[in-house]
Amino acid sequence: MAKNVLVLIGTRKGAFILESDSKRKSWGLKGPFCATWPMNHLVGNPTTGTIYGGGGNEWFGPAVWKSTDLGESWTHSSKGLAYERGAEPITAVWSVAPNNGILYAGVQPAGLFRSDDRGETWQHVEGLRKHPSRPQWSPGNAGLILHSMVLHPNDENQMWIGISAAGVFYTSDRGKTWEARNKGTRADFLPEGENYPEFGQCVHNFVMAAGKPDRLYQQNHCGMYRSDDGGKSWQSIEQGLPSSFGFPVAAHSSNPDTVFMIPLNGDTAGRYMPDAKAAVWRTRDAGKTWQDLREGLPQQNAYFGVLRQAMATDRLEPGGVYFGTSSGTVFASANEGDSFAPIAEHLPVITSVETMVVEG
Amino acid sequence: MPKDSRHTRPSQTVAITVRLPGVLVDLFPGSTRSVTMPASTVDEMMDEFDRRWPGMRDRLCDSTPAIRKHINVFVDGERARLDTPLEPGAKVFVIIAISGG
Repeated sequence: MAKNVLVLIGTRKGAFILESDSKRKSWGLKGPFCATWPMNHLVGNPTTGTIYGGGGNEWFGPAVWKSTDLGESWTHSSKGLAYERGAEPITAVWSVAPNNGILYAGVQPAGLFRSDDRGETWQHVEGLRKHPSRPQWSPGNAGLILHSMVLHPNDENQMWIGISAAGVFYTSDRGKTWEARNKGTRADFLPEGENYPEFGQCVHNFVMAAGKPDRLYQQNHCGMYRSDDGGKSWQSIEQGLPSSFGFPVAAHSSNPDTVFMIPLNGDTAGRYMPDAKAAVWRTRDAGKTWQDLREGLPQQNAYFGVLRQAMATDRLEPGGVYFGTSSGTVFASANEGDSFAPIAEHLPVITSVETMVVEG
Repeated sequence: MPKDSRHTRPSQTVAITVRLPGVLVDLFPGSTRSVTMPASTVDEMMDEFDRRWPGMRDRLCDSTPAIRKHINVFVDGERARLDTPLEPGAKVFVIIAISGG
């Protein structure tokens, strides 16, 4: 059966979908969807074909949008997506993660919700905000957001989440209890001698290696890291990269040693492409060495950034790599990053890029 | 025998008219910009919205509970809160604030 690739794009002004056949040479753009709401994360469930979008609107608050017909029509719900009366209200959904029959949503201010009815209603996973570190969670530039959710592929009890700037947390009991898992990741913004706290790190994004649930790759505000023990400890893998600062990280769909990152020029230097020349950086040996991938990417005057959820891979062979820029361009590679081409331009600020492969 | 108003729920007797913003109506198929409904407070009005179009209250109110920061409700020309009473025949406007970029 022929396969089509959907690239699901969240932007500051609505959601968009790019679609191509498996050759990935010609793309069609659909959108804007979701009433032009700011959409922080658009993700597909490949099992059901349902697309979910997490967002928040200045007027109307947070919601998770849903399409069961590949974007032709959409519904939205936030029923139950709220903290207790008197608590600071939720302003936006920042990330969405489907896993079998469960759907998770990470929100701002940071917290976790789950839905057992495909996004119609939501329940607060209260254990996370009961963690003793909760009073000391500090917001990053984007606010106090729960942005990364990594679900164990074979065990619904286990998951990891990332909060800026509280760090990585792990549960093995479906969210009842959590432990901080940040050992080895730096917090350069803390006073000298206090740079390796138990929690409080500014994690930007992290992903699981293909087929290796214990291996995680992390892009932090302060470095790039790999963990081989489910986040209990992290090792720096930033040597060979042009900076220690960036936002997204994307794992290869089948090779656990291959991962992609996009370092920027630094947190106080504009957060542009280093030297204004765009590159995706790839490792094929789990972070020991890195290769810059530039073919097809602008090599002058590239004053854009790439946000934390705005890079993804696909499940085809050879693997596709996609990223969206703060200036509204989506670049795609159909050869694991060896060369790129723009497949959409002039979109709003791109906040997320994900892929879903469907039967054509 | 005349009805004793002290034993009558106000929401059963007070009819108000409400004007909703088009961008809100667009989110709820079947809703209309001009609505007549029973409600004796703004809070009851929000509940009635939700009864007619499930989810609409969440779009206009947060969990504090309060009217959302960038939503304004005017009752007979005065800016209102959730506990603002509604007189029979009140004219209510729900308006989105100027925001965005």
